[in-house]
Amino acid sequence: MAESLTFKFDVDGSDFTSAGQASVKVKKNLRQLGLSPEIIRRVSIAMYEGEINMVIHAGGGTATVTVSEQDITILLSDRGPGIKDIDKAMQEGFSTASDNVRSLGFGAGMGLPNMKRYTDFMEIRSIVGEGTDITMKVNIK
Amino acid sequence: MTVNELAEKAGLKPVLVPDGDREVCGAYCGDLLSWVMGRAQSDNVWITIMSNLNVIAVASLSDVSCVLLAEGVELSEDAKKAAEEKDINILVSEKSTYELAVLLGSLI
Repeated sequence: MAESLTFKFDVDGSDFTSAGQASVKVKKNLRQLGLSPEIIRRVSIAMYEGEINMVIHAGGGTATVTVSEQDITILLSDRGPGIKDIDKAMQEGFSTASDNVRSLGFGAGMGLPNMKRYTDFMEIRSIVGEGTDITMKVNIK
Repeated sequence: MTVNELAEKAGLKPVLVPDGDREVCGAYCGDLLSWVMGRAQSDNVWITIMSNLNVIAVASLSDVSCVLLAEGVELSEDAKKAAEEKDINILVSEKSTYELAVLLGSLI
């Protein structure tokens, strides 16, 4: 794979139940590229958590996945309310999700920690009132 | 042990078993989806009482060998359709999560 491959997705913010479509597509694409099941699992779970966050908190956004020879980069971008306190948001168990979201099994405050857990690099850039950009990388080698 | 063998030995009712020959290795119990994604291992049996559409996505992404619905909970129609599309094995039992964990502990 001499050149990098890029997949782009719009994450629909209106339909909570269909969240995860982009992650499932990425999983399929990565499988076709012959990547190991463990790498695919890490990338697709990290991305799904990001997708869910964008649907719950930001009214949707975009996800861009780039596969190079060395790593897989996931860029999640939204124009939502932003994250007030990133350190707090990174704590396991901290959540601002609604009761409705919790009743569906989400909002346990494990989304961002899982994204960090499953990736080799994660950076959050967020401005309150403007939006959030998250970059994650998973090393292939 | 495969999903089919487990279903038979443990008396679990198949809801949808498109990949019954898949190997089962260990189990994870949980209803909070991000906990499951953070802790469940590939090929685990996932025991839960959640049965909405998101369960299917989590099962697929976590690469569990099957979803085992406890307390006889019913899978929603849209979840069933998604499970068919994604080849996710679904079993159900009237037993509680605890009873199922004890039972599976003696079998796998």
